[in-house]
Amino acid sequence: MNLTLKIWRQKDSNTKGQMVDYKVTDISEHMSFLEMMDVLNEQLVNSGDEPVAFDHDCREGICGMCSMYINGEAHGPDRGVTTCQLHMRMFKDGDTITIEPFRAAAFPVIKDLVVDRMAFERIQQAGGYISVNTSGNTQDANSIPISKHAADEAMDAATCIGCGACVATCKNSSAMLFVGAKVSQYALLPQGQVEATDRVLNMVAQMDAEGFGNCTNTGACEVECPKGISLDNIARMNRELMKANLK
Amino acid sequence: MSGFFKSSIGRKVAMALSAFFLMFFLIIHLAVNITSLFSVELFNQLSHFMGTNPLVQLALQPVLVFGVVFHFVMGFILELKNRKAIGVKYAKNNGAANSTWISRNMIYSGLVILAFLVLHFIDFWFPEMKVKYVEGDMTGMIAGTQEFRYFDELQHKFLSPWRVGAYVLAFVFLALHLLHGFTSAFQSMGSTAGRKKALQTFGKIYAYAIPLGFIIIAVWHHFNHL
Repeated sequence: MNLTLKIWRQKDSNTKGQMVDYKVTDISEHMSFLEMMDVLNEQLVNSGDEPVAFDHDCREGICGMCSMYINGEAHGPDRGVTTCQLHMRMFKDGDTITIEPFRAAAFPVIKDLVVDRMAFERIQQAGGYISVNTSGNTQDANSIPISKHAADEAMDAATCIGCGACVATCKNSSAMLFVGAKVSQYALLPQGQVEATDRVLNMVAQMDAEGFGNCTNTGACEVECPKGISLDNIARMNRELMKANLK
Repeated sequence: MSGFFKSSIGRKVAMALSAFFLMFFLIIHLAVNITSLFSVELFNQLSHFMGTNPLVQLALQPVLVFGVVFHFVMGFILELKNRKAIGVKYAKNNGAANSTWISRNMIYSGLVILAFLVLHFIDFWFPEMKVKYVEGDMTGMIAGTQEFRYFDELQHKFLSPWRVGAYVLAFVFLALHLLHGFTSAFQSMGSTAGRKKALQTFGKIYAYAIPLGFIIIAVWHHFNHL
């Protein structure tokens, strides 16, 4: 198929960017979206132009690095997939595809489609962990009784890959689905209880300090999340924060 | 606890609490007003009670005014904060692919309701305050008569088709606001109940029934004035 691409080009974080049109031809419907971008970049390199910078790593939908806003949706029009798992069969010959970086004041553009998502790392560092003695006498996690329901819910929350699609898609650039998932994955398990109060207080404080917006419960994040993280995790985080403030 | 209400989540909880209070108030307001459709006497008596009872006037009324002002002011604060958080806007954004128009535009439905409230206060609340607390007339009677003035005032206001039109339009926006706001308030309070079918259905019935009730009252008095 032959496509017209409208891509955000931005030299660096200090330069103003703009949308630039490109044409790509003979794109196979079996290609992934990133493979299509590879074809474009090869074309640009061969013609002596600067290739489009974009984030990617595993290309298997699990690392959370790829981060494109395609035709007005985080990770494109497909559901439950990251950009690297989006296939060109979702488009048709002659389409014009708009490709932009994930937008949020807390996710500044580094170059072209690459954004700085270190804000998520700082939120994680503020409390997204449990303190475990790993000096050789670690207790077997399986010796702690955990209900199947809690384990399943914790695992569901833990599948968040921190790609930032929730922030990118939210009309308020809210990070609450991400933080809610990270708070929940520990709040649901006994191992997470010891630091539960500090965790939610510190992670929410860091989230606010990073300048993310407020959740207005539109549910857009849940729909666009490639891992299907549920809004229930935001409700749980809200409960955890209320509980922590009452202590 | 003061730190809690300074946090993004705390502010959403405060919004939800004021929303629950206002949603409860709407039920009371409609329950009183709907009596005007079938009993002039009952409507007058209830209006006089609400307008002169010290507990309602001196305790509940200030809380209500505070709740209304708080909900709007906090709504604007959150909206400004959210706009700041967005940064550069997308060249192409397909919001309809993942969320309802209503949920994405609560600020606009809220602004229409605010404009309506200004009209509503000028129509009813300010004159009421003037009569009772400036002129000191707590009788609730039409001057020189032994008849209550409340029903007459109500019908007089709805003679104008423009005012009725404005009220109907405002109530349509109130319905839109409630369609998202009802279940959203539960989510902000940390409850997943708003995501359950039963409460969603109840929320929809509430969001349609309350504004529809007010619309019927306004239209009925326009066409059936004595």
